[in-house]
Formats: sequence, structure tokens, C-alpha cells
Amino acid sequence: MNFDQARFSRDDVYEPLLSEKDSTTVEVDSEGVLPDDLTRDELTLPGLSEPQLARHYTRLSQMNYSVELGPYPLGSCTMKYNPSFTEDVAADPNAAVHPDRSDRTIQGTLGLLHGLQEHLADIGGMDAVTLQPPAGAAGEFTGILVAKAYHESRNDDRSEIIIPSSAHGTNFASAAMAGYDVVELPSDDDGRVDMEALDAAISEETAALMLTNPNTLGLFERDIIEIAEMVHGAGGLLYYDGANLNALLGRARPGDMGFDIMHYNVHKTFATPHGGGGPGAGPVGVVEDLTEFLPSPMVRETASGYEQYEPESSIGKVHGFTGNWLVLVKAYAYIARLGDSGLADSSAKAVLNANYLASQVDLEVPYGPFHHEFAATAGDRDAADVAKRMLDYGVHPPTTKWPELVSQAMLTEPTEVEDKASLDDLAHAFNAAYADADEVLESAPSKTSARRIDQVSAARDPRLSWQALEQDE
Amino acid sequence: MTAGNGRRAGSPYAPHTDADEAAMLDAIGVESVESLFDIPEEVRFDGEFGIDGMDEKALRQSLSDLFARNEDLTEFLGRGHHAHYVPALVSDLSRRSEFLTSYTQYQPEVTQGFLQVLFEYQSMLVELTGLPVANCSMYDAATALAEAALLANRLRRGASGHRVLVPAHIQDGRLGVLENYLGGSDMEIGSYPMDDGAADVDALTDLVDDETVMVYAESPTVRGVIEERLADIGDLAHENDALFCLGSDLVALALLEEPASVGADVVVGEAGALGLGTAYGMGLGIFATREEYLRQVPGRLVGASEDAAEKRAFTLTLQTREQHIRKERATSNICTNQAWVALRTAMHMAWLGPDRLVDLATDAVTDARELAGRLDDLSGVKAPIYDRYHFREFVVRTDQPAPAITNDLAGRGFAVHALDDHHIQVCITDVNADAADELVAAFEEVV
Repeated sequence: MNFDQARFSRDDVYEPLLSEKDSTTVEVDSEGVLPDDLTRDELTLPGLSEPQLARHYTRLSQMNYSVELGPYPLGSCTMKYNPSFTEDVAADPNAAVHPDRSDRTIQGTLGLLHGLQEHLADIGGMDAVTLQPPAGAAGEFTGILVAKAYHESRNDDRSEIIIPSSAHGTNFASAAMAGYDVVELPSDDDGRVDMEALDAAISEETAALMLTNPNTLGLFERDIIEIAEMVHGAGGLLYYDGANLNALLGRARPGDMGFDIMHYNVHKTFATPHGGGGPGAGPVGVVEDLTEFLPSPMVRETASGYEQYEPESSIGKVHGFTGNWLVLVKAYAYIARLGDSGLADSSAKAVLNANYLASQVDLEVPYGPFHHEFAATAGDRDAADVAKRMLDYGVHPPTTKWPELVSQAMLTEPTEVEDKASLDDLAHAFNAAYADADEVLESAPSKTSARRIDQVSAARDPRLSWQALEQDE
Repeated sequence: MTAGNGRRAGSPYAPHTDADEAAMLDAIGVESVESLFDIPEEVRFDGEFGIDGMDEKALRQSLSDLFARNEDLTEFLGRGHHAHYVPALVSDLSRRSEFLTSYTQYQPEVTQGFLQVLFEYQSMLVELTGLPVANCSMYDAATALAEAALLANRLRRGASGHRVLVPAHIQDGRLGVLENYLGGSDMEIGSYPMDDGAADVDALTDLVDDETVMVYAESPTVRGVIEERLADIGDLAHENDALFCLGSDLVALALLEEPASVGADVVVGEAGALGLGTAYGMGLGIFATREEYLRQVPGRLVGASEDAAEKRAFTLTLQTREQHIRKERATSNICTNQAWVALRTAMHMAWLGPDRLVDLATDAVTDARELAGRLDDLSGVKAPIYDRYHFREFVVRTDQPAPAITNDLAGRGFAVHALDDHHIQVCITDVNADAADELVAAFEEVV
């Protein structure tokens, strides 16, 4: 496959900024509206016509890679195809209601939320689910707040959260935001939880252990039952990071493994579009003993219809209203489209694809048996350079240099949506880039809209607006 | 093999043919897909969720039927979730799959398009706030406010201060989120009273002290009042070495005093009023601040740099603030944010341009004034209750019980918000302005 990304350029820039196409200053005349001292004097913004804007944004869209253009195998990010129909569903004008409406007048909205709460609880083996957290990290924070409320309700003062060193960075940050000290847990030689280290880390200070399963190497934590017993035995709770749930759909449920709290990443597992960095949604499921602490409001079904309620000992709010509604609609539509057999087939094909791709790449994969993702090592090559070169072969590269357990890691997750031919293209990109000469790697990419971008000067001399660029001139 | 509704069993979005699957298993060297799963028997789930898959057409019909159960009311609702008319250009171009189905820009060379849009979004916020640094989004106004308080606390680390002062009139969700975000630190929240719907600056003067790390004020307030003494509030905060955080929204900022000119150190608020439409409270958090706090900013920042062809190019930058590098010492746990909403908001702002944006803001003042005046003419109604300037919304006092009135109005096709037993809040924008006559007529019938 040959690839050349669209590239619009002019002099020393690519597509000019809106502000370079037009800058219009209007004087704010507030006479008869507001006193002069309450208003600004003028406002300067681009003042372009609709055709000019349509061209601007269409050109920019063409200088942007997406999963509808090609494979996007970012490990632990689960970039799968986003079914088109879910956009139409979310755009239903009847679904566009304000959150201050009375329950009686929004039975459709509440019905969907209730249905999603139920489906997610079933999928995770949980007893109740809040849909309020607006992203996975917000879900982690919410889950940890629930754990904290639970311990506090028992007058049990605990100060620590245990997190494997290979976990997502958000785990550490979320635990710290909730006021906990983080105890970092090393991996054993097989890439899984080091049981001796875990035993040493657990104490009466342990509020929770946060685990991803399969972990960030794609490995199932085989000792999960024993881990759960150890954590519970010390009075702690077990938290499931749902980033890798796509590997387990219909085959194993966190609730059955002994997890007490989990978050779901709906863009990963349930195919809501990532939108270049959100909006996401990070629903949180809990077991029976923890349901009273969930954020408010929750939705329940009564004889007279759906209603919102505040759980008895609710932690309160984690979003100004009830989360990222449009995303939740798309997640529900996806789950309802697939049903049991579709969900189980997703994990089957995701795991098949990862294993097939790994069998076709020349790079070593040090840990296994892996599931939906694998961490290959670029060995003595620089993984970031290999990744840049892969762009020239028309694919998005994997996550690089993470997890740190694997040197020069290329964490790869093709998801279930790639067919064999596409995986073969991906493998070719891996192998060709891996075999290219050092100087080729270092000067890559060349077929993308922009060439290699200088990260160091971007950070050393931050220019974060067109105003800053104008000042520089 | 077929499942319910006549479709092939399995995921419709997993494209494998039987022959491909066999060839792939052969290449891996295993007999079956199931043998690839390394899950101990005791935690295997062999049950069913009981979710019957549906074909696309049937499912769309079913969801359409479900949403049709929402009553078709014309909403005059605001209080932190506002809708303006969203042009087709925004809906259409934001749905381009190159934007919608891309990931965070970890490889900037292939994602220049989205990065440029976010850079332009940041720049428009810089223009509207007068502050030189704006991030490319927070989840919503509530989490942006909470992050501002955490930033204020980091700046004052080691000092004695730990109190955040917020107005008595604040949206419940904003206060609730602030409480949760501050719960992990030693910070506390104090509330200052209102005087005729605006900040009681005298009372605030008595409350601000060296324990205060941040004073938060809103303009417009949750009840639609334009705050007239922002500069005084800013001075009070600064005299006590506290940050002044201003909550607003992008339409209001096009008309009202520039936040930088009244001493705002951080501007937060809701940007989703442009570009998103009514979305059951989903939003887009504004976060802008001074240059000196740049390395304490939460969330993602897009910066300009140069590529190997010596052309200007954009990239996510200053990532050492963030969780994937700094872990528990990050400025925030935020990772995925609201990038696509920021894209829609930027498109909407660009579509309006400065003229129409200022007009939209001006209408928010005059339309609210006119509607309040017409309601005030009705017997048994006082509107607005505050002798202040208003933006988009205002509070009405009714002699009759407010809950009964909102019920009766719902029966006539209108949604308004009952604040308490005798107060109703009404919000008018370009989306519902055409129905203002009918609302007034309905009000007249029910009060």
C-alpha cells in the first residue's frame, strides 16, 4: 500500500490559520443595552464567510488521520470502528433535552440511561452503575471516592492505594487527587503482579488495589482470585480499570473475579468515537455494598415510570450535570446493536487479531500469552523512530515506550475491526520500518502532512495562540 | 448461522471470513480462538447478559420510539446549560470521520488538522478572556472550577491558606464537584452572600483573609445577573494574595468586560453554549489563565513549533505536567477531555464571526429584559426580582405556587425551572425566542 497524506501549504506554513485569513475588529456599542463600563470596547476575531470556513475545515480534516482511514493500533486505547448509525441516533431532536426538565417529561432519556446502567452492570458483573463520570480518568477518581466513602462509613481510616508500576498514569493521578498515597507495585518476571511484593504492600492502610486485567501487556492476571482474597482479607477493596475490557467481553466479568469497583471506557469497549481527545464517558460499576455511595442522580424504574434519585450516602457530584449524554447514547446503541453474541465475538476477534499480527511481525514479543494487545520490543532501535517511519507506510503506529517493563516497547492493539489484509499491511509497516536504515528512521516521516516536528522547542518556547505567534513576528 | 432479526451471529463490525479466520489460526499455530484465552476456569463467565442484538434499522426505530416518549416542550431553561442555534456547517463538518474518529494527537505529523483547530480554539479563548494561556478543554464548567481551585492551592502550597470562597448563588453541580475535588486535600469551601442577586462585596470583604486561596465569582451568575463589581472582587482577592477566578461563558464574554481587565487570574465556565446545543448537561469546560501559571495548568495544550521542512506545525506540548508522564505528581488526572466539542465550538465561533457573536450577546441582554418586562406586566408576577442587568435569564416571583405554575406550563408545552415555592427562572436565547409570545400568553393563563 502506498500512502501520501494530503498536504496544503503556502510559504512557511501549512493551511494558514483562521486569523491569517481574516481578522476583523468590531467595536462593541452597548448604548441602550448596558452601561459602558460593564462592556468590552472591541472584539477581534476572524470574520470569514461560510464557504471559506467550509474549505478551511475540510482541508484541515484531510490533514488528519482517523480510524476510518486506516488501522489505529494504539495499545490500551482500543481504537475500533465507530458505527455511523450511532451518530444519527444521538442527533435525534427528541433526545435533545435540558437536564432541569422534570422526570415525568423525559421518560425516553431516563429510559435510555436506565437501560445503559443495566447493560453495563450485566457486562461487568456489577450490581449498580453510575453514568456520570465524563471520561475514564474521571471514572477512576469517582471509583476511588466511592472506596473512600465506604471506608469512612466504617470509621476505617486508610491512606494508601496500591497500583502496579505498569498501570495507566491516570491511576496514580486519580488516587492522588482523592488524597491517597500511592504504593507502587513491581511486576514479576512473567509481567504479572508480583505476589510477594503484593503481600508486602498490603496493610491495614490499604484502601484499594487498582488493577487492569488483562494488564497493559495483554496478560491475564491468573492469580486474580488469590489477589482478591489478599486485598479483601486486609479490609481493602479491589478496583478494576476497564481500559482492557474489550479482551474479556462475554468471557469473564470483573465482578466474578472479586472486583468491587470498576470503570468502563466506553470509547474503547463500546465504540463511541474518540473525537480526537474526547468526549469520553467513564461509567463506574460497584458491588451491592457500595451502591449507596454512588454519585447523584441515579435512574431507577418504578411502577409509574423512570425516576432519578440520590443514593442514600451518595458522594455527590463528579460532573456539573449527568455526564456526557451524547456519548452515553452511542454506547447504548452499540451494545444494543451487538447483543450477547456480538459482544462475545468482539473479544474473540480482538484477541485473534492481536495474536495473528504478533505472529507476523519480526519484532520480539517478550511476554505472553497475551490477549487483545501485545508489547513488542524494538530492541536496539528507537521505538519512537520506528513509529514515525510506520506513518510513511500509511498506518498509525502503536503506543511507544510504554509500558516501561518492555524496553523500547511498541504496545499494539489492532482491535476486532481489522480484517486479515489490513493486519498484513500493518505487519508490513512494522517489519519494513524495523528494517529501514537508521538515517531513514531518524528523518521519518516524509509522506505525512507535516514532517518530523520539533517537540523540544515547542516546550522550551511555548507559543499557544495566534496572538503569541503575532507577538513573535 | 443467523441470530435474532435475521443477521449473522457475531459482531457486524468484525469483518473476518471463515477462510481468513482459519488462515490466521494456522499462522498463530493454534486450533481455535478460544484456546487463545488464558483465563482460569474459576473466573470464566459462561452465562448470558440477556441482551438481544438488533439490526440497525430495527434498533433505530426502537430508539426513535423511546426518545419520542420525551414530551415535546419548548424549553426556557438555562442555569449553566444553554443552547444557541447551531448552524449546519458545524454539524456537518464536525461529523467528518477524519475529525470524529481520530484519537488524541500522539503523532502530530498525521494529525495537523485537529491540532490546528484546537490551536485556533485556544486562540479564540485568549481573545475573549484577555488571558494569554487557554487549554484545549476541560469536561465542563464544574470540573474547570474545581481544577482552578486545585491550581490555586498548588500555588499557595506551604502557605497557611486553604479556603475557596464561592457565591451563595451557584449551580448545585458546580458546588458538588468542587466539594469532591477538594476532598482529597486540606481545602475547604466558604460561601459569601448575595445582595440583590449579585455578590455582596461588603460581606465578601469581611470573609476574605489570608486563609483564602481563591475567590470565585460569576458573571452572569447562575440566575442570570451581570456582576457589576468584578474589579472590586478581584482587588479584594489580590490584596489577600488569593487568586481571582471568574466564571462566565463565551457568548457573555463577547460583550462583557474582558476578564483580564478586571483582574481575573483564571477564567472558567461553559463553552458548550456554542456548538453543542441542548445535550442533557453535556458541556465543554473553559480554562484560561496567566502566563506565570502555565506549568500548573491542567489538561492539554497545543503549541506551535516547526517541522523538518522548516514549516510551522502544531503539537501537544508541555506534557510533563500530565499524568502519563508525571503520574501522581501530575497537575490533574485528566486525559481524554472534550476535544471534539471544542472543535464544534471553534467552528461555531468562526461561523458567527465577531459581528454576529456580539449581536448574539447583545440580544441575550435585550431579549431577557423585554421578556421580563412582559411577564412583569401580568398580575401576580414580578420580573425580574433583582434590580440588575441580566443575561439570557432572570428570576420571576409568582403569587401562586411556582411548582403548580411550572406544571401548568408543561401542560401548555413549556418547560421553565421552579427555584422554590414562589420563584421561577426563565431563560431566553435565539433557540426559543420565537416562542416568547406564546410563553407570555401561557403564563397569563396559569398565574
